[in-house]
Amino acid sequence: MTDSPTEAPPEQHSDLDQIVEEAFESGVAGVGTGIIGLIEDVGGMVELALQSAMALVRPPYRIGNFLEQIDFVGVGSIFVVGITGLFTGMVFGVQSYNAFSLFNAQSLVGSTVALALSRELAPVFAGLMVTARVGSSMATELGSMRVSEQIDALVTLAIDPIQYLVVPRLVAAILMMPFLTILFDGLGILGAYFVAVVTEGLTPGLFLSRIHLWVDPEDVISGLIKSAVFGLIIALVACYKGFNTTGGSKGVGRATNQAVVTGSVAVLVIDYFLSLALMGYVSKSS
Amino acid sequence: MPAEPSAAVSERSSSGISASSGSSARPSARPVIEIRNLHKSFGKNEVLKGVNLTITEGSTTVILGGSGSGKSVLMKHMIGLLRPDSGEVIIDGDRFDNLPEGARQLVRRKFGMVFQQAALFDSMTIFENVAFPLREHTDFNEAKRREVVFQKLDQVGLRNKADDFPDQLSGGQRKRIGLARALALDPKIVLYDEPTTGLDPITTDNVDQMVIDAKREYGVTSVIISHDIGSAFKVADHLAVLYQGMIRADGPPEVVRASQDPFVKKFFALWFDRS
Repeated sequence: MTDSPTEAPPEQHSDLDQIVEEAFESGVAGVGTGIIGLIEDVGGMVELALQSAMALVRPPYRIGNFLEQIDFVGVGSIFVVGITGLFTGMVFGVQSYNAFSLFNAQSLVGSTVALALSRELAPVFAGLMVTARVGSSMATELGSMRVSEQIDALVTLAIDPIQYLVVPRLVAAILMMPFLTILFDGLGILGAYFVAVVTEGLTPGLFLSRIHLWVDPEDVISGLIKSAVFGLIIALVACYKGFNTTGGSKGVGRATNQAVVTGSVAVLVIDYFLSLALMGYVSKSS
Repeated sequence: MPAEPSAAVSERSSSGISASSGSSARPSARPVIEIRNLHKSFGKNEVLKGVNLTITEGSTTVILGGSGSGKSVLMKHMIGLLRPDSGEVIIDGDRFDNLPEGARQLVRRKFGMVFQQAALFDSMTIFENVAFPLREHTDFNEAKRREVVFQKLDQVGLRNKADDFPDQLSGGQRKRIGLARALALDPKIVLYDEPTTGLDPITTDNVDQMVIDAKREYGVTSVIISHDIGSAFKVADHLAVLYQGMIRADGPPEVVRASQDPFVKKFFALWFDRS
């Protein structure tokens, strides 16, 4: 061995070490900033929820704004949630029929689809669709109002913008999500029925008979409770992001993006914890 | 669209200063807004560094200053859109800055505010924009509300735009509608955020006249933040110059113009030399 090959590597190592160290530091700083941002966001959302709760019980009661949001969140989402429910049920019907037919248990298709839809698929999928359609729209609308000073204008006109803008959206989302979930449940089961009975030839009696044996009212209720919570989370995230928009049109785009991403992730994360909590409720009731 | 500077300046300089005395009513000495030792920072950026300012009833006060001097921040404290780090904001003799939000809303009914970009509600027609504060804060029936809205629209010369939406109006028209909305409840104090920024000379002159008319017809106390010196001398009976978060000169226009403060001298010299 000569000296020359062994002399160069220490310098390379030194450069590499420095790069790794800087990358590590910036990575740690990034993670730290992310965690602080997350804590700030969660704190801000909790604060907004509490302010909204107080504004909800204080007059004036903004029935017109509320009905407008009911129409937008509920009626306006019927088509997209209905189509999603129908095709989710159909694809679930195809897959479960084929799987159950391996051991001649096709009669379980109806109950399996109904149970999965009512407990999990309907609230979660409806939640994701409402996040995409309603959450994005809420964040964009409120974000645009923020950057064009329309929210400040409300304040200068002695109107509480939380009561005027946020409360009707939160309440409408909480109330409409269970209805959309029921729609998803119904059309999902109808889709599976169509696949299993009409295209695969299962008798209607076999498809339907197991549903009432396997699916308890508590299963449906737990799905509806979930969906109401998802409604709150979706609208809260969207309103919070929109309300705190800065940075002009680019900021509005960022707020919309964050509302959809954060809302979707929140629905899935909270679904897990709600499932654990509600399982206790379902098993106690059973 | 930005105004063409030289044209704007020459036109306004000829009529502007003499018109300052056109603010007819002599303001009473009763203070309606008092700012005491106001400090405000955003992160490490200290924007206001101990502002003291008194605005008397019936006066038209223009707060002049360059970009980033803290004018908008100061105005937002006057109407409670921001809370100070320290210092006091007193409205009509009562402390305002430390009130809870519900109580601040009551005090805000004394104010109307005209925003730089008008901040009209873009989902509402012009009629609905002007009717909005009436619907929220009065028990007027539909007929009375229509009467008041059209009266305000007549005053800003835009009755024929009642059914239009804000995006169908020009910048100057939007500001006039913003004023009509701000005046809908006959407020005691009207705040104007950069009312002439970005307007051509003729529209600027219209907006200046609008400010003078609002004062003459309603006797309102007007506070204007601006960097438009021509308009300031045209409409103001009280000037304050804000620089780096502090008031550097404050008083009647002729007194402020004669100020020996280096920034104020330079601020006016650049404009008056050019005109």
